[in-house]
Amino acid sequence: MATENKTAELTELEQFRKDHGLALHEERQLTTLNLGPTHPATHGIFQNILQMDGEVIVDAVPTIGYIHRAFEKIAERRPFYQITPLTDRMNYCSSPINNMGYHMAVEKLLGITVPKRAQYIRVIMMELARISDHLICNSILGVDSGAFTGFLYVMQEREHIYDIYEEVCGARLTTNMGRIGGMERDLSPKALHMIDEFLKRFPKVWAEFEKMLTRNRIFIDRTTDVGAISAERALSYGFTGPNLRAAGVDYDVRVMNPYSSYEDFEFEIPVGAKGDTYDRFLVRNEEVWQSLKIIEQAYKNLPEGSYHADAPHYYLPPKQEVYTSMEALIYHFKIVMGEADIPVGEVYHSVEGGNGELGFYIISDGGRTPYRLHFRRPCFIYYQAYTEMIKGGQLADAILTLSSLNVIAGELDA
Amino acid sequence: MELTNENVLGKIISEFGEENIWDAMNPDGIMTITTNRESIHNLIKYLRDDKELQISFLTTMCGIHFPGQGDKEMCMMYQLHSLRHNYRIRIKVFMPASDPVMPTMTDLYATANWMEREAFDFYGFKFIGHPNLTRILNIEEMEYHPMLKQYPLEDQTREDKINTYFGR
Repeated sequence: MATENKTAELTELEQFRKDHGLALHEERQLTTLNLGPTHPATHGIFQNILQMDGEVIVDAVPTIGYIHRAFEKIAERRPFYQITPLTDRMNYCSSPINNMGYHMAVEKLLGITVPKRAQYIRVIMMELARISDHLICNSILGVDSGAFTGFLYVMQEREHIYDIYEEVCGARLTTNMGRIGGMERDLSPKALHMIDEFLKRFPKVWAEFEKMLTRNRIFIDRTTDVGAISAERALSYGFTGPNLRAAGVDYDVRVMNPYSSYEDFEFEIPVGAKGDTYDRFLVRNEEVWQSLKIIEQAYKNLPEGSYHADAPHYYLPPKQEVYTSMEALIYHFKIVMGEADIPVGEVYHSVEGGNGELGFYIISDGGRTPYRLHFRRPCFIYYQAYTEMIKGGQLADAILTLSSLNVIAGELDA
Repeated sequence: MELTNENVLGKIISEFGEENIWDAMNPDGIMTITTNRESIHNLIKYLRDDKELQISFLTTMCGIHFPGQGDKEMCMMYQLHSLRHNYRIRIKVFMPASDPVMPTMTDLYATANWMEREAFDFYGFKFIGHPNLTRILNIEEMEYHPMLKQYPLEDQTREDKINTYFGR
């Protein structure tokens, strides 16, 4: 009854204003605010020009491309094996996934089957990369909502993951790990020991980190219903990975199109319900546990055998053989000079990257370089939904939405 | 119904006719078909809305340049995925370089927005009906579309690097 009165009153008021030619509302004073390009909370270089009505975001115009490095163009001039270092500069929080995804795409083109041991080593490294990726995203989310401690605490563990990378391939951030056809070396006893130590130590750390945030009243209030997206919109926007799963769609490339022996492992795909920041946080948290489970299984059941495929035309021979045997020298020369025979073909291969389906589309015309190499970069594809997700929300929420989406500038711009 | 290349192709051809769908191939387990730009919008809409197919996820799209191919110089590739059936399909549209015009898919998939801007930025495709067809990764002042093959990556005046030995 009361509401009816109120509407009647309003319409009267509206009528009055209409009769006297008065504007219905005061003209809104919009403020333009630059979020980025070098804002500490964007965690990368990209700009959002926000139109603010007080604290409320009315519109946002994202500008990207600040660190565009033309990888697709450069790749058209490089032999296949020289493209790996380009891929690890895309999502630099989980470089091994990019490297190995690219290797698998080329192996599909060449028709190489990689032995089980190499596949398991890849799985271990890729899941470690996923942990380090999710760990950064979730702890940064803590930082942006005011909890710095957890970030520094888990950052130590990322250092340990990087130590493992260093032992396996010699590099820490831009790893260039593995080769087309397998790994460049076997896991050393020290690396195995380090993985073992990591498996023992990390669950405690992660449980503590979770304890700090998951049921934290302040954190829950800050993140629930912030930057929510429905499953339909997420699918229309091409979301993949944890962000899509938080919206309730259980699409995971590891399960749907298993690669590198993922079908051998028992693990679960966590899904959220609302697709808001809190759900994305929970999904990533749980994925870290599932990744640990996968690493544990792969570590325990690591098969014997070779760590690389028997493909001398594409896989570099051991250095000592290059000095002593003619065939090895020829293969070495041909591979290094990019003269390996690449079949004509067209291939798409996707892996579950840290942020979703990371796809590699290669067209080869039989030349020394790919004719066309297209990267399906999950960040680039889902970041365009950002405007829609933050409209009508507050500025502080937009920051949280951004960090929970885990937008990595390198992958965004390629 | 389980989707196989045969029955999907059969359905598409019975809907659109053989004159609009040709060159069905299977290069890597993903069926690749070629169509013309009159049919592409309806085809993608049909794949999305058909109850049996439900190929309703636009995985990626990109431009490709084949210089010297006449009417088939520019190519637009769409890759779609049916999450319901775990079935992927790739669709190509070829056109001459003088007329790189395509209908937009932004009304079907929100994600097509930036993908089409990327194709415009790098290959100069014009998408009719796109809400904001501007460059996305390169600077706005750029006067060419850099992924076209006529723009070589390295300085062509260099004499110390011979193409025969060092790449295309």
